[in-house]
Amino acid sequence: MSGAAVGEPRRLRLAVHKFASCDGCQLQILNLEDELLWLSRRLEIAHFPEASSRSLEGPYDLALVEGSITTPRDAERIRRVREQTRTLITIGACATAGGIQALRNWADVEEWKRQVYPEPQWLEVLPTSTPISAHVRVDDEIHGCPVSKEQVLRVIARALLGTTPDLPGHSVCLECKRRGNVCVVVARGLPCMGPVTKAGCGALCPGLGRDCYGCFGPCDDPNPEALAAHFKQELGVGPKDLVHRFRSITGHHPAFRRIGDRKGEGI
Amino acid sequence: MEGEGALHLTVEGDRVIDLRLEIYEPPRFFEAFLRGRAASELADLVARICGICPVAYQMSTLHAVESIFQVRLHPSVRALRRLYYCGEWIESHLLHMYFLAAPDYLGVDDGIAVARFHPGEVERGLRLRKLGNRILSLLGGRPVNPVGACIGGFSRTPTRVELEELAEEIVRARGETEAALRFFASLPVPSRPQAIELVSLRHPLEYPMNEGRIVSSTGLDIEAAEFATAFSEHQVPHSTALHCRRIGGGRYLVGPLARLLQNSDRLSPSALAARESVAARLSSTDPYASVFARAIEVIYAFDEALRVIREFEPPPRPAAEFAPRAGVGHGATEAPRGLLYVRVETDDRGYVSAIRIVPPTAQNQACIEADLRELAPGVLALPHEQARRACEMAIRNYDPCISCSTHFLTLEIERRSPA
Repeated sequence: MSGAAVGEPRRLRLAVHKFASCDGCQLQILNLEDELLWLSRRLEIAHFPEASSRSLEGPYDLALVEGSITTPRDAERIRRVREQTRTLITIGACATAGGIQALRNWADVEEWKRQVYPEPQWLEVLPTSTPISAHVRVDDEIHGCPVSKEQVLRVIARALLGTTPDLPGHSVCLECKRRGNVCVVVARGLPCMGPVTKAGCGALCPGLGRDCYGCFGPCDDPNPEALAAHFKQELGVGPKDLVHRFRSITGHHPAFRRIGDRKGEGI
Repeated sequence: MEGEGALHLTVEGDRVIDLRLEIYEPPRFFEAFLRGRAASELADLVARICGICPVAYQMSTLHAVESIFQVRLHPSVRALRRLYYCGEWIESHLLHMYFLAAPDYLGVDDGIAVARFHPGEVERGLRLRKLGNRILSLLGGRPVNPVGACIGGFSRTPTRVELEELAEEIVRARGETEAALRFFASLPVPSRPQAIELVSLRHPLEYPMNEGRIVSSTGLDIEAAEFATAFSEHQVPHSTALHCRRIGGGRYLVGPLARLLQNSDRLSPSALAARESVAARLSSTDPYASVFARAIEVIYAFDEALRVIREFEPPPRPAAEFAPRAGVGHGATEAPRGLLYVRVETDDRGYVSAIRIVPPTAQNQACIEADLRELAPGVLALPHEQARRACEMAIRNYDPCISCSTHFLTLEIERRSPA
């Protein structure tokens, strides 16, 4: 997507890459709507397969990477992406935490292949789904499932200015308080993950009267042990459901894993 | 650098003797990891199958679960679910039209390039698309992986004020949907009529979205529960996407064209008038005419959204209560790309013991390959880049789920001397 006039300083070259994911985080870039055409003039969108046939060769100044690593091909490809990129930013739960497909990390993926495919031997997959940071150095992360498009815009705008983004790390609870939401844990006894989940969505779920399910991953300095104890002792959440709460979209993240792996014991 | 799809042609002289469309999309094994999860979590989890059509996966799955748990939806909730689907059809169809189709017909790289040749048109498309996303955000909180849908309805019903504000925006934008159709009617859209079986839902009263029987242009007429009697999935070595075929038949087409040609009598008056305006392009089965079907469905979706809002009466509760039970349920709904079938089996505490998901693109795979097989001899003589683009266009025409290599096809031609 070009459009720079002759004589203008070189524009920042952006590439968008996809690994194992639903494409929703990239779609949030296209969902920028009013800002999309403006962005296409301010940046050189050098590689964005979901949106364009045009692809310029690297190197790239900024790469937004969506998706987790689940195949040997992709483990190889992310290394090539890193080599071609000055600033690599992962976007979304798959790239930052392995995604919902990281549920395979607690299972036998060979058995799963057999369940889903009549000829499993034709598939080449890794036994795990891991975040990009498990394979290459990552310069920054935007969490969410999907990422908030406002945060994507902020990160790109900061990159254009040459500064680092300053995304909040506090829990969803602060967003609920700002919106004046009634707390669904206290008032409705729902096992809301908000107290341990990173803000960024605007407290979307409690705002609709339902529990947060942690799609932005853990907040800074979370206390999942206390929340899990509350779920078990005060809300009567059984061991299976307790594991499921913490082993979901961002379940591979260490802060959530330490609860999921206890299987409800000693909480 | 990406290579999510590759087309291998083996050519002998000027004949294509083998064609393989490889999809490298890494499998995530939803049907395996959803086992053992509570049915009440499914709406949140299946949304992650596809970023552009999460509502479709939610709807087919929720309807399957609701049939097991014997949940009766309040008529207002039924209506809200149609409004929800209108939002997704609008945003998905317009994304395809302006970012995949228009660039192909104009021979340019992307929607941004289209904007340079037709200033105002792409802005129009983005404006209309924004309204689709507005509908999804109102009912679901956000357009990608929405959080509002649940068993029995929604977590929250929109207020009268919110619906009226939305209605005003829809009314203001409504005229532009017809302008969008006119724009596409002015573009050089290819034409390649062929005989293919069309498959879609059909409902006695309404243009099909969440309910109806599965019908086809060759006389199939079954309930969703009988899906496995008429369709079967199989795996090919060169693709991680399973292919679905008609039992006792061949390839079949799902999607907006199949829906439109089998349900024109259910359109709104202005959508029907729009259909008349491009009647010549819809007089036979031509997959390339799908873009007109999409534009007509956008007009219909705006009309339907307005109708739902104007007739809406708040239900007593946003979602019907339910008690989990063991059983098997089937859901067949019309994703933007076509029929999406889900079969769910639960245990007596409402945990999933098995789930089967058949996406629309898996059902169109055979058509995509047939089109490529027909196209291939004609592109052999072209420069490689042009040949690659022509093949990509043939695939993009089916609006494959964006996850499946829309813009990056590696074309490999193996040439052998005739024996």
